[in-house]
Order: sequence, then structure tokens, then C-alpha cells
Amino acid sequence: MITFLTAEKLACARGERRLFDGLNFRVKAGQALAVEGANGAGKTSLLRLIAGFLAPLSGRLIVKIADKEDDDAEERGKLVGWLGHQDGLKPQLTVAEQLDFFASLYRSKAGAAVLEQVGLARQADLPCRYLSAGQRRRLALARLLVSRRPLWLLDEPFAALDVNGQGLVAHLMAHHCGEGGIIIAATHEPLGLSNESLKL
Amino acid sequence: MQFLFRYANPHNFMRLSGAVLPFFALATVLCLAAGLYLGFSVPPDYQQGTTIALLFIHVPADVVAEAAYGAIALCSLLSLVWRHPLSDTAARAAAPFGALFTALGLITGALWGKPMWGTYWVWDARLTSFLLLLFLYLGYMALWNAIEDETRAARAAAILALVGVVNIPIIKFSVDWWSTLHQGESIISGKIAPVYLWPLLLMMTGYMLLFATLWLIRIRTAIMERRARNLMQGGPA
Amino acid sequence: MSPFAILLLRDTKLAARSGGSAALALSFFALVATLVPLGIGPDLRLLARVAGGVLWVGAVLSALLSLDRLFQGDFEDGSLDLIALSPLPLELTSLAKIAAHWLSTGLPLTLLSPLLALLFNLPGPATGFLFVSLLIGTPAVSAIGAIGASLTLSLKRGGLILPLIILPLLSPVVIFGAGAVSATLDGLDGTGALELLAAFSFAAVLLSPFAAAASVRLNLGS
Repeated sequence: MITFLTAEKLACARGERRLFDGLNFRVKAGQALAVEGANGAGKTSLLRLIAGFLAPLSGRLIVKIADKEDDDAEERGKLVGWLGHQDGLKPQLTVAEQLDFFASLYRSKAGAAVLEQVGLARQADLPCRYLSAGQRRRLALARLLVSRRPLWLLDEPFAALDVNGQGLVAHLMAHHCGEGGIIIAATHEPLGLSNESLKL
Repeated sequence: MQFLFRYANPHNFMRLSGAVLPFFALATVLCLAAGLYLGFSVPPDYQQGTTIALLFIHVPADVVAEAAYGAIALCSLLSLVWRHPLSDTAARAAAPFGALFTALGLITGALWGKPMWGTYWVWDARLTSFLLLLFLYLGYMALWNAIEDETRAARAAAILALVGVVNIPIIKFSVDWWSTLHQGESIISGKIAPVYLWPLLLMMTGYMLLFATLWLIRIRTAIMERRARNLMQGGPA
Repeated sequence: MSPFAILLLRDTKLAARSGGSAALALSFFALVATLVPLGIGPDLRLLARVAGGVLWVGAVLSALLSLDRLFQGDFEDGSLDLIALSPLPLELTSLAKIAAHWLSTGLPLTLLSPLLALLFNLPGPATGFLFVSLLIGTPAVSAIGAIGASLTLSLKRGGLILPLIILPLLSPVVIFGAGAVSATLDGLDGTGALELLAAFSFAAVLLSPFAAAASVRLNLGS
């Protein structure tokens, strides 16, 4: 359970272009942070930076758990539940196979309950190539739930989802924060939670 | 190490290299001239006749070919581990010259071999190893060119160079093993009479200086190109 | 099941399922073994002499066919991000992928080799050495191939550079592998070559995951 995630004077560049500089924020347990900005402003780069994929040009990201503080990128990555632009789904594998794979990979278990929760229970044995865009996102959400990670990094969580889907996302996010998790989401739309906002 | 980092700043590097370059160039010309003169005035070898002169052009080329890869590997290490800023540029700049000297070694080796073996190429262990070295250079340069993002290309090439340098002794060993398996003895044997030693050393020094001169010029050119690009984009020089 | 095992299982399943890897590699291998006699003539004694080298080169090229997708598939659809964030360190991820590649190409190629050796009139004992040398050496092909695959995973046409990068590095494998067969044909003992091959393979499989992981990290950071 993460107590705080703090960013101190973060600077990030993509190739030769500087995306942002001197970024500061703090998110505490149970809070959500919405990252807003135009396309190309660096929302995804910020998420990738927090996940530990990118190294910042300068500045630090500190994770505080109980009394301990750590700014190591790889350690931070082990706390991240990632919902990226892309689906990460193999067309040849079925929904259940896909979820079981990620569950085992993350040392977790995927019961039928999770598929129920996201509304994919009937599609369990369907190869992923036959899923609609909305269904693919729901599977990605199931994967997120199964990973059981405290820090959720969501890139456009409402994309490709219908009204029901968006309601599902909002519900899952509220539940996650309610349990003390942290959410940082890059989004064009309001999260529907009482959250902080960061404009890039 | 401190010394290396003091000249990591492109500005300082340009100053130092600018000062040193004329001397390098002069020394290169002197060594090569003296080496060639002595080399061609040496008495003909009883076995190989006048083609022994090719020894003075072939062996130094091989020496530089290997030294250049070593230099690239060292720069790659500096780049990956210590993040030395100029080392990527330096490594990339050295590669074409390394490849050229390797090719020169192969061509002169073949020319030297024709009178001795009757044919241009007999898969001698040394020449075969250098053929593989040429491919290593080509792969290294191809990787640099293929990846668009320069920072990523630099780091990928650095990893490849380090993997290559670890493999080179293994490759040489395996080619030697292969040669003894199939041919029994290595064909180019290595006893050098003293009268050949001086010209050879002079030529080796001359080639090294030639490489160093060309390398410095190329690094300077790369730095100036980057400055020009920055100016055109409207950023700092 | 452990994260390592599940990744190994998934990658092997994917390679088998897409109908791609194994079948393609085997067909290519068989085609090479067919084209060479067409090229050099059906002199059985000559074919037996070249069998070791031809089949080894054929095996390496066949294994190469599926290497460029080793990391690229997961990179392109975003799975690699998720795998990198899992408890499995990238070094073990690379090792799992190397193992999966070997199971779906190297091993089937090795199993097919005695049949192809027949086409080349290779005598029994030499065929035995060919089989063992492929068994020991193909893991090195997958391992070193993985380094090339991870360095080029962001390239659309990366498949063209991959052979250029890794084939020189694979020369010891071809030399020792084919050398074991040649030695046997000459009445010498091929076990020396096999031992050298085993040492190289062992080192390659042990060390390649580190280089591959470094390259993957490099490519994820963008």
C-alpha cells in the first residue's frame, strides 16, 4: 500500500524535444490524479516515466510506503498496474487463456469472477481476434484487476468504451481508490472522481 | 578518467583536437613516407621476392583494423557505463575507418597471397578472421543507420559493439581451430627478419597516426554538423 | 505456475499455434537440403563431405527466419510493457523467450536432421554427431539470435539487419558443429569439437539474456 507518490522537479524529453520541466505533484493513498493536456503534450511519456520505462532528464519520483522512501525505477514498476493505449492481446489466444497468462505472470489468480465483473463471462473461450474494441478494453480492465497492484497508471481509460463500459471503469476506479489505491490517469474527459488535476 | 571527462565537453574537445591535429597529420606523413621508403629499399626476401614489400602495407592495416574495433568497444563502454557524452560520436566516427582498414588488409592480403599460393584467396585463418571482422563492422554501421532515434541507436550500437568485442577472441580461436582441422598448418607464418622490422614499425605507427588523424577529423565534423543543425533549428549551438 | 514457466508456455503455444515458426523453419530446412544437391550435383561422396556444413548452415538460416519476431510481436501490441512490469526480471523474460524459440525451431530442426542427412548419404556415426551437434548448438543460435532480435525490435525492416548482426557471431557454432561432423568423416574424434560447442552454447545461453534485457530496456524507454 503506497502512502505517497511524489514527483520533484521532473523534467522529461522525447528525442530532442523537451516535454515538461520542473513538474511537481504528490498523490496520496486513495487519491486520483487526472493528467490533462493536448495530444503530444507528454501525458503518455509522464505515465511511462512513472512506470519506470523512461528515465527523467532531471528530478525524482519518490514512492513512500509506510516509513520507507524509494526512488528506484524498477522497484516502482513492480507497484504499477498498467492500462496503456495498446491492448496487449494476442489474437490467437482465448479470453480465458489471456487472463490466466497475465494472472500467473503477476503471481495472482484469475477466477471466473473477474470476467463476470467486466462482463466477459460468456466470451471466456472466444479467441481474442473476435472481440470488439470495447470488449478488448474490458479484458484489459480485467487484467488490471487481476494484477493487484496499488498504483494504477491509465492511459485514456474511457477510450473505445460505450456508456456501460465507461460506467464500469468509473466504478472500478472508485473502488480502487476506496481501497487505498492510487490512480494516475491521462485523460481528455473528467474522471468522475474527486481528483486532482495536472495540466501539461 | 578525469582527463577523459575534461574533454568530454565538445567545446574543449574541439580546442584540443584542433591544436593537436596538424601535428598528427604531419607525423602521419613523415612516418608513412619513411616507412614506405625503407620498405621499398629493403633487400628482396629469398622466398617471396619483391612482394615482401606488401607486408608493409598489409600487416599494419590488420593491426589498425583490430585496434579500431577495440577503440569502438572502449567508447561503447564509456558511453553505456559512464555516460561519457562524446563517446557515442567517437564510436560511430571510427567505424567506417575500421571497416576500410579491414578491407585494405583483405585486399592486400589477397594480392600478397597470389604470388605465394597461386590464387587470391585460400581461406587462410588470419584472412578469414578478418573477413568476419569486416562483417562485424558492417553490422555495427548498419545498426546505427537503421535506428532513427539517435540516442537509442547509440546505445543499441554500444551494446552490439560490446557483444562483438567479447566474441572476437572466440571467433579467432574457432577460425584457427577450423584451419588446423582442414589444412593442418597456418599458411602465413610469422618470422620477421630484423631488417624488415624498422620499416614495419614505422608503417604501423604511420597507419595508427593516419587512423587517429582521420578519426579526429571525423569527430570534429560530426560535432560541427550537430552545431549547424542546432543553429538551423533555432536552438543553442 | 511460475511466471517464467507461464511465459515459456505462452510463447511456445503462440509459435505452434500461428502455424508459423516450427512448420516454416522445417520447410525451409528441407528446401535448403533439396536445393544444394540440385546446385552441386548428385555425387554421393561429395554430398557426404559437404553434408555437415550445408545442413548446419541450413539449420542456422532456418532458425533465423522467426527470430525477428521474438520480441517485436510483444513490443508492437503493448504486451512487452506489461511483461516488463511483472515480477519476472527482463533477463528471465529473455531466457524464457530464448527457450521457447529453441523449442519451436531449434529442436524440431534437430529432430529432422537425420532424415535430411540421409539425402546427403551421410554415414551413421557422422549423422549421430550431426544430431548431437545440432542439439547442443541450436540453443546458442536462439540465444545469440535473441540479442539481435532485441536490438532490432523497433525496426520495421529489422529482419534485414538481423542476419548481418548475428551471423558473424554465430561462426564459432557453425565451425564447431560442422567440424564435429567433418572430423568424424575423416576418422578423427569429433568429441573435441562437441565439447567446444557445448562450452560456447553454455556461455551464450548464460550471458545473452543480459544483453537482450539491456536492449529491451533501451527500447521500452521511448
